[in-house]
Amino acid sequence: MSDAIIELKGVTKSFGGVVANRDISLSVPRSAITGLIGPNGSGKTTLFNSIVGYHPIDSGSIRFEGREISRMRVQEIARIGMLRTFQTTRIFGKMSCLQNMLISIPHRKAGFLDMFARERGDVAERAEHLLAFVGLYDKRYLRAGSLSFGQQKLLELAMALMNEPTVLLLDEPTAGINPTLINGLIDRLRRANSDFGITLFIIEHNMRAIMNMASLIYCLAHGELLAAGNPDEIQRDQRIIDAYLGAH
Amino acid sequence: MNATSLQPLIFWLLLLVGIAAPLLFPDYSNQLAVLWLMVIFALTWDILGGQMGYNSLGNIFFFGAGMYIAAVVQIGLFYDVGMYTSAGRTTHIVFTHAQYFTGFVLGLAAAGIGSALLALIIGWIVFGLRGPYFAIGTLGVAVAAAELMASWEWVGAASGISLPVFPGEPEFQKLFFYLLLFALAFVLLVFLRWLYATNFGLAVNAIRDDEEKAEAMGLHTRRYKRTALVIAAFFLGIAGAMFGNMIGFIEPRDIAFPTTTFNIFMVLMVLLGGKGTLWGPVVGAVIFHVIKEVTWTYFLGWQFIALGLLIVIIVVYFQQGVVGWLMERYPERFGIRVAPKEKEEPTVRMEIHLAPHSEGAE
Repeated sequence: MSDAIIELKGVTKSFGGVVANRDISLSVPRSAITGLIGPNGSGKTTLFNSIVGYHPIDSGSIRFEGREISRMRVQEIARIGMLRTFQTTRIFGKMSCLQNMLISIPHRKAGFLDMFARERGDVAERAEHLLAFVGLYDKRYLRAGSLSFGQQKLLELAMALMNEPTVLLLDEPTAGINPTLINGLIDRLRRANSDFGITLFIIEHNMRAIMNMASLIYCLAHGELLAAGNPDEIQRDQRIIDAYLGAH
Repeated sequence: MNATSLQPLIFWLLLLVGIAAPLLFPDYSNQLAVLWLMVIFALTWDILGGQMGYNSLGNIFFFGAGMYIAAVVQIGLFYDVGMYTSAGRTTHIVFTHAQYFTGFVLGLAAAGIGSALLALIIGWIVFGLRGPYFAIGTLGVAVAAAELMASWEWVGAASGISLPVFPGEPEFQKLFFYLLLFALAFVLLVFLRWLYATNFGLAVNAIRDDEEKAEAMGLHTRRYKRTALVIAAFFLGIAGAMFGNMIGFIEPRDIAFPTTTFNIFMVLMVLLGGKGTLWGPVVGAVIFHVIKEVTWTYFLGWQFIALGLLIVIIVVYFQQGVVGWLMERYPERFGIRVAPKEKEEPTVRMEIHLAPHSEGAE
């Protein structure tokens, strides 16, 4: 396997008596698209939350570009270049799409006085370029909250790209999106990966979508890592089919 | 022509009206001075409450803190504060012109800076709280401050401090304090107009809309929240120092930290005018002050009932406030664009219609 950008070793996280993730070890290769699948409640989102520092893990280690991040907070992890989108789309609803983009600039080097900086022309230009990339250019002055759900998802993707992350963790990017728009979204995610060089790590329930995109797929079940492999291997794996259909 | 292109004109008009008002209505100059104080209250409250979505019930703390800091500086520069405030004092203390104005200017500066520093410390604590807990926590700070000051002998405890007497004609004194409060309100308004157009404005709005998302994007949310509080505290501190000197006498519970009057008025005025807008707090403060003065004068004894009624009406029927309502009604005049009423793209529902499982009737 090529060099890993995210490496998990023995990550365990429980809530009270419920073990959401048990001893999970996996690695996400750099510059690739990696998938994370599993039935509902198998601990996918919990794993994402652990990686981005949303809650502390009970044991194990999480490394990002060789650096231990399991004790860092969400903002710090976001600033070093690992960003996540939410399953329930989250955008800044009362602000315009363009404003949503302008506040999504990378905050890595933001000093105290940058708080009072005005938008720069090149930043606005990049924001408009990315809005055009996701097909929302015409709606850039509209309030983000007035967009349809699918458009909000696209806006969230554009905001994430605006932040120039090294890795982007996407939590069900195609959920709730009009089926006819899914192909466009898949195409844009692919281009984000190939044109912008962003490593993608994607939770997805839409098998057609994830099998099309990812070169490596991990499957979780009952909080444990069940299988890993390329889409072909995953599709043939009887254990995964059983896990989804609830066979014992 | 829309509101955006009108703005510079409105600022000039406001400047003109502000300066002309006390000359046209000299009898009302104290009332008008309090009106500008209300505008300052509303504008500073809106930084956190409207733009950032943090409903503070403790902003009055910085007003009172500024008032006391200024008083201590003004007196302490020339006399011993403990002696000055002691109940047993029999000597009459007079400040010269030079002493008064030196103390006053330094007192204002100290009040602004001191309140801002206090905001740094308090912000470090209270921003661990969110939602209603933040409101209660900040209210606690203000109430505690009132009680602490009321038992601190050195600053006069509950009997307060009489501030140095203004060395000049009463008419000139009124005009002096009117112009100071007006200038502060005007500078604050211009400052906020600039501030909201910077990254700061975007960031606090982002925190209001979804703080967790803002964190997930790597925004320095704590830094923005603390800075917002510091800015509000700075202006409130100076306003407190001015108002204390205008009244001439300060005491903790009803003048410096009036948690049940000024403190609640701040919130009401912003809600009435429209929170999260630049002009909403100004409009709200003017309407509120007029309503309050009329009811206070003509319905003496019923004023708190009128106030309560106003709260109920605003909260139940008019949450977006006057300016908020206007912006909703005529968005294009405020430079806001909303989605044209287009047909929703076909959604998954289509497929449900096609599903042939309910063909009961032939």
